[in-house]
Amino acid sequence: MRIAGYRVSVGALAGFAIVFANLFAAVFAPVIAPYGQADLVGDVWAAPSAQHWLGLDSLGRDMLSRLLFGARTTISIALLITICSFAIGIVTGFTAAVAGGWIDMGLSRLVDAVMAIPTLIFALIILSVLGTSVPVLVGTIAALDSTRVFRLCRAVGVDITVMDYVEVARLRGEKLWWVMLREVLPNALPPLITEFGLRFCFAFLFIASLSFLGLGIQPPLADWGGMVRDNAQAINFGGMAPLIPAAAIAQLTIGVNLVVDWFLSLHSRAHGEGA
Amino acid sequence: MARLILQRLALGILTLWVVSILIFAGTEILPGDVATAILGQSRTPEAVAAIRASLGLNRPAYVRYASWLGHFVEGDIGKSLANDRDIAPEIRERLGNTLFLAGVAAAVAVPLSIFLGLLAAIWPNSIFDRLINALTLTTISVPEFFIGYVLIIVFAVQLDWFPSLAMISADMSFWERLNAVVLPALTLVMVVLAHMMRQTRAAVLSVLSSAFIEMAFLKGIPKWRIVLQHAVPNALAPIINVVAINLAYLIVGVVVVEVVFVYPGMGQLMVDSVSKRDVPVVQTCGLVFALAYVGLNMIADLLGILSNPRLRHPR
Repeated sequence: MRIAGYRVSVGALAGFAIVFANLFAAVFAPVIAPYGQADLVGDVWAAPSAQHWLGLDSLGRDMLSRLLFGARTTISIALLITICSFAIGIVTGFTAAVAGGWIDMGLSRLVDAVMAIPTLIFALIILSVLGTSVPVLVGTIAALDSTRVFRLCRAVGVDITVMDYVEVARLRGEKLWWVMLREVLPNALPPLITEFGLRFCFAFLFIASLSFLGLGIQPPLADWGGMVRDNAQAINFGGMAPLIPAAAIAQLTIGVNLVVDWFLSLHSRAHGEGA
Repeated sequence: MARLILQRLALGILTLWVVSILIFAGTEILPGDVATAILGQSRTPEAVAAIRASLGLNRPAYVRYASWLGHFVEGDIGKSLANDRDIAPEIRERLGNTLFLAGVAAAVAVPLSIFLGLLAAIWPNSIFDRLINALTLTTISVPEFFIGYVLIIVFAVQLDWFPSLAMISADMSFWERLNAVVLPALTLVMVVLAHMMRQTRAAVLSVLSSAFIEMAFLKGIPKWRIVLQHAVPNALAPIINVVAINLAYLIVGVVVVEVVFVYPGMGQLMVDSVSKRDVPVVQTCGLVFALAYVGLNMIADLLGILSNPRLRHPR
């Protein structure tokens, strides 16, 4: 199957469908959700019915509505984290690659040291001091995650800065910023786009895990990780309530991964067949 | 070779030192310190100053770092802010529990994944191989708590084979403990299994494409012997590496899994302490986790050096 001249596999198509469905849910949650995210509409953990397709949660709120609003919260925060992490990682990574010398040395060693500590552990340490407001969460995870983006940008950037056109730009007397934005960045885009998908998955799973631990997004905002936590008790009566938001987390990550896989295969073919 | 090993050891110790500074700095440089965390909303400048003095927070940062690290090395890690008890005994007990859980998971996951990875390398692109591929995508996409709850629903609620909560206490026998940790350990195994399998497969397959393997094929040696005797010894370094990375990953995975199964380990303690903002306990837990993580990576590199015969003899 081909769309706009590109081969699209069944997996990629499924991936795109999942991603678009999730984005749709996130954007139009207030319109399509049958109930509000904090409305108490019936009995605790009521079974799925015609009025409540996915049943009710631990306080008697409509599961489907909370899932739709949760898509909004969780996806937007994960996206924000990824964008911040890329902003930090791209600027520092390309600076290290273009400037070289002691700037490169200092930044690289700092990143090595931060990466020697597991991200979750480091994040927990920081959150214990700063608390768990949304700006703190976004800042902390973005800063820790930007180390990976830095590594990639530096590696790609070092390869590009030895190219003749970068040399030409430098000889023309262009500033560091101009070289980074106009010469290095456009040529580093394909690996960065792939990485964006993977980093998004990471940020998304990470924020969901933190919320599950009770240290992420705080109630009454609906978010998928927190919904798993809220409904965890239902499992002892054989209830499926915590599995629904957990499955929601899984489907989006699988969807993004499928799209990333497709993009990777597309990019690797671009050299061989000139697609 | 001895020089290489010494170099790697020195690097490891240097890393540990930098990590301890980072963990200390993470709780120091940031605005809002322990004193404000204890008092919360109801703080007055006088109360903050009094608490800072009683905790020794008014000393310069490098003095506090030195005394913190000194005490940590001696095993005296101070008092919890939440209940004013010594942290050390609790950490020791919880660390034991966590190591037991991670140990059981590793004891199952490592041999199983290497065995399955070898099978996948012997029959590449078979249905079995594709199954592993699909499984990998699923396990990297699915949060640990999803696997945990599915296992609870199937094995604890529906089948009633194992307890859903991993309660463990000092007076339980080894087998009772083992029974209690079956489900959390299984969750951890599933989290790391697919990745280790795939890396083992990739490492063996890349060796299988070299010339000496083709020679062995031409001599008519059966395929299983080629894989076991010719390919595996040469793929040992990457396999050891991926095992260590995944064991290090277990350390992080254990935090979430312990919360799912309400298991009294380090991870649970750390999460509780973060929500109570009990900074000394969090610092200590964080340092212990980081030590284990850095240590495993160092051991992996050392084993990698040892398993390479080219480095065994001085030139």
